This record gives sequence, structure tokens and C-alpha cells, in this order.
Amino acid sequence: MKSRPSRFLLGGRTYSPAVSLLLALPFLLVILLAFLLPLGMLLRESAFAPGFTVEHYRKVFDEPVYLRVMYRTVRISIFVTLISLLLGYPLALLMARARGLQLSLLLIAVLLPLWTSVLVRTYAWLVLLQRDGLINDMLTGLGIIDAPMQLLRTEGAVVLAMSHVLLPFVVLPLYASLRAIPDDYERAAKMLGANGFAVFRHVTLPLSMPGITSGCLMVFLLALGFFVTPALIGGPQQMMLATLVQQQVTELLNWPFAGAIIGVLLFAVLVLVIAFNRVVRLDRFVGQV
Amino acid sequence: MTRTPITASRFAINAFAYAVVVFLLVPTALIIPMSFGPDRFLKFPPAGFTLHWYAAYFSDPDWLAATFFSIRIAALTAIVATIVGTLISLALVRGRLPGKPAFELLVVGPVIVPNIALAIATFLVFDGLRLTGTTLGFVAAHTALAMPFVVFTILASLYRFDADLERAALSCGASPLRAFFWVTLPQIMPGIVSAALFAFIISFDEPVISFFISDLDHRSLPRKMFEDIDYNVSPILAAVATVLTGLTILALVIGHFLGRSGRSGSTTRKTG
Repeated sequence: MKSRPSRFLLGGRTYSPAVSLLLALPFLLVILLAFLLPLGMLLRESAFAPGFTVEHYRKVFDEPVYLRVMYRTVRISIFVTLISLLLGYPLALLMARARGLQLSLLLIAVLLPLWTSVLVRTYAWLVLLQRDGLINDMLTGLGIIDAPMQLLRTEGAVVLAMSHVLLPFVVLPLYASLRAIPDDYERAAKMLGANGFAVFRHVTLPLSMPGITSGCLMVFLLALGFFVTPALIGGPQQMMLATLVQQQVTELLNWPFAGAIIGVLLFAVLVLVIAFNRVVRLDRFVGQV
Repeated sequence: MTRTPITASRFAINAFAYAVVVFLLVPTALIIPMSFGPDRFLKFPPAGFTLHWYAAYFSDPDWLAATFFSIRIAALTAIVATIVGTLISLALVRGRLPGKPAFELLVVGPVIVPNIALAIATFLVFDGLRLTGTTLGFVAAHTALAMPFVVFTILASLYRFDADLERAALSCGASPLRAFFWVTLPQIMPGIVSAALFAFIISFDEPVISFFISDLDHRSLPRKMFEDIDYNVSPILAAVATVLTGLTILALVIGHFLGRSGRSGSTTRKTG
């Protein structure tokens, strides 16, 4: 055996470039067939007909109907992100301070919904929010409202259900960054005379910024392209980008325009990911909390 | 922090946090009692106890076909994704892979790109290749989608693995293949098993791509659920949802205990 570099080299042996490529080949095939080729074809569809054209992209921004959907998608996504952060931060704080059994139970409470089918969770909201559902029953029972309200097919319902589905995505990175703050820092701040709020404002909050950024970015990106929940909870008046694309494809067979909307979405996602790349490491998205 | 007395504000924050836990868990949990209720329209609390909706689920050929189709796709996806993922992980960690940064980018690609974009694009291409509604099409699409989660899980266990063990086997005269199968593979097995379970769940309840690449005769369970939620909200759905949630929890518990020795795996996922 030739001299092995050192134990710091990860790997018992290193494969030659040829062997490495061979190992990567199946991956390359899968990614080509089910990722690169489809996305490439769709984007080509959006910009070549058959000559290069920006006509479909212009349509996305020129026609008020579509512009309204884009605007609504961004607005709902911002609301969902803010609500998730507002609900998630105290929970992450509680988790960061918890130990033992309490921590395990809280982790389960966050992970269980995350791994429950999004269809199941959306269905639950549908049942709760329907005209003779539990929420209307409770509100009329308590005398808050006289007659059942229309809750489904409202923007509030879409925001509520989406926040519920996406909440775990902000809690986990927040928990990770809060957990990483040494107890000493807060104790030191208190000893120097800071009150609870000052400690939070000047120590905890700034140090948890990476978690806030990556959690919010994740929720926002997922919300922008969200299909299932808005499609089932919302009506035509609450249509978001993904449902618009679905309609263009399944009902109108308008592939170039659908491609253009997806192109705009991909552009927005890429810009955000690149802009925050320094703060949010990409592997965080797959999460080793 | 342990010695800090519980102040009023801390108490308020904790109470709020527990309310959030209730918000997270209760809506989905309510489905379980409802699935045992006799009402045609879902009511809480249920007016009685019946297994009618479960019997209806397990005797409906459409629901059963969708369920078995999804199980088959998820099982195949778990196998294919784990093998493909292990190979690329080895190439990334051990190999002198030309164009490594590009490969790393391709690994995270399916997490960054929104599912709706993947779904529409896959639909366009698979329709042309006559892959819609086929097992091959579903497995290919779901394998690509699961790839980042599988690779990151296996990478984590490869990094933790003490490479000296493999080197020892090699210097004792084992061939590279023998060293891999007898030393490395058993060591990273917990990671591989977790990866397989993640891939299974990701495929089994994937709603967006399935929505587009299903056809009339071959529908995945999520696609069938989507249709039923949209057109006729029957309590059978509550029974299906309960079974589905139960299966997911079971898979997670198994994954937790199998993967225990090397605490590994991705705790997060992607949703659409």
C-alpha cells in the first residue's frame, strides 16, 4: 500500500475519478430523467415558440387577472411566514429550555405533524371549518355569532391552514439556533442588571437570527409554491400561483404560459436562496437538527 | 437558566407555547374519533361508535387499488433511492469525483425547486414519454424527490464512520468490495435504513407530483384522497387519514429504534 495521507482523510480509500463517476452514474440518470430534463423542457416551452419570445412572460405581468394571483400569492406567503414565526418562536424558546422527557414530548409534538400527510392536515381543517363544522358549532354555541359563517373559501382560512402545515418548518431551525446559545450569556446579562426583556432584546434575539432567517426563508419558499392546501381550502377568489398553473395545464393545455409562471417562480426562489446563501447553509434545508 | 425563578412573563410565554402545541396537534387528532362516528357528516363529538367507515375503506376496490399502488411505488422508491443514494454518497465522500460541486448542487436541487414546478415539468415530459400512470414514472419522479433526504442521511453516517476500520480491512488483504460489504456497509446500515424509511414516507404521501402524473386507471393514494376531499367529503376519508397517520407514526417509530445506534437522519422534509 502506498502511504495513506492521514486519518483526517475521510474514507478508507479514495476511488479513482473513473470509479467515482461510475458510482455517480445512476444518480445522474435519475436526476436527468426526473429533474433536469423536465425543468429544461418546461422552460424551453415557455420561451421558444419555436423562436425565442418573452410573450408568455410578459402576459404574466401584463394581465391584471394573473398579476392579482401573483400579488395574492406573495401576500399570503408573507402572512403565513409572519404567523409561523410568531407562533413558532415561543415554542422554540420553550423547547430550548426543556430537558429530558419534556423535550422529547415537545420534539414529538413538532415532528409528528411534520410527518403527517399534508392532505390529512388539510382535510382536518376542511372538516373543522365547514359550515356545520366544529368551529362554527362552537361560535354559535357560545353565542358569538348567530348563524354559521362562511369560513372555507376565505383568505383567512387559507392563511390559517397553511400556517398550521408550515409551522414545524420554522420551529426546527429556531430551536436549533436557540439551543446553541450558551446559558452563560443570558446569566451574564442578568448579572449585569438587564431585565428579562432586555436580555431577550439584546442577547437571545440577535443570537437566534440565523434560525429566524432560515426558518422564515423555508416557510416563505414553501408557501410561494404551495399547491394542496390553497387548492382545497380556498376557492377561485383565493387562487394562488400553483393552482393557476394547474388550471393552465389541465384545463387549458397552455403549456407555454404555465412554463412562464413556473419560470417566474423559479427565478424568485433562486434569487432568495442565493441572497440568503451566506446566512442559510443549503444543507440546513435537509436538516440535521 | 435553571435557577431563574419563573417570572410572570416567562409563565405567559410558556402558556402561549403550550397553546401552540395544542394548535399543532388537535386539528389532526380530532379526525381519529370522527372516523369512528356514525354520522354521514363529520361531527364532533361523534354520536356513537362504528367501524363502518373502515369496513367501507377496506372493501372499496378504488381505495384499495390506490393504496396498493402507493405501497408498491413507495417500496420501490425506497429501494431504488437508497441504492442510488448510497452510491453517489460514496462517490462524494470517498471518490475523486470530477465536477463534485456540480453534483452537490444537483443533490440539493430537488429540495430548492418547489414541488409544483417539479410536478408540472415532470408531467410535461412523462406525458410525451408515456410514463404517466406507470410504476416506472412514479418511481423515477419520487426517487429524484427523495434523493436529497436520502443522500444527506447516508452522508451523515458515512462521515461518522471510522474510516480506519475499512483501511484496516484493506491492509489485512481484503479486496475493496469485500471491505465495503463486510466492514463499511454494516457500519452505515442504520443510516441506510433511516434513509429507506424517509424515502418510503416521502413517496407514500407525496401529493403534488402524484396529482399530475396519475392517470384514470393508476392513481396513487394521495391523488385519490385529493379527488375525494375535493368532490365528496365522505367520512371514509377520516378512516383513510387515520390509517395513513398510524402507518406514518409506525414507520417513524421503527426508524427511530433501528437508527438508534447511529442517531441519524433528516428531521425535516418538504411539503407541497
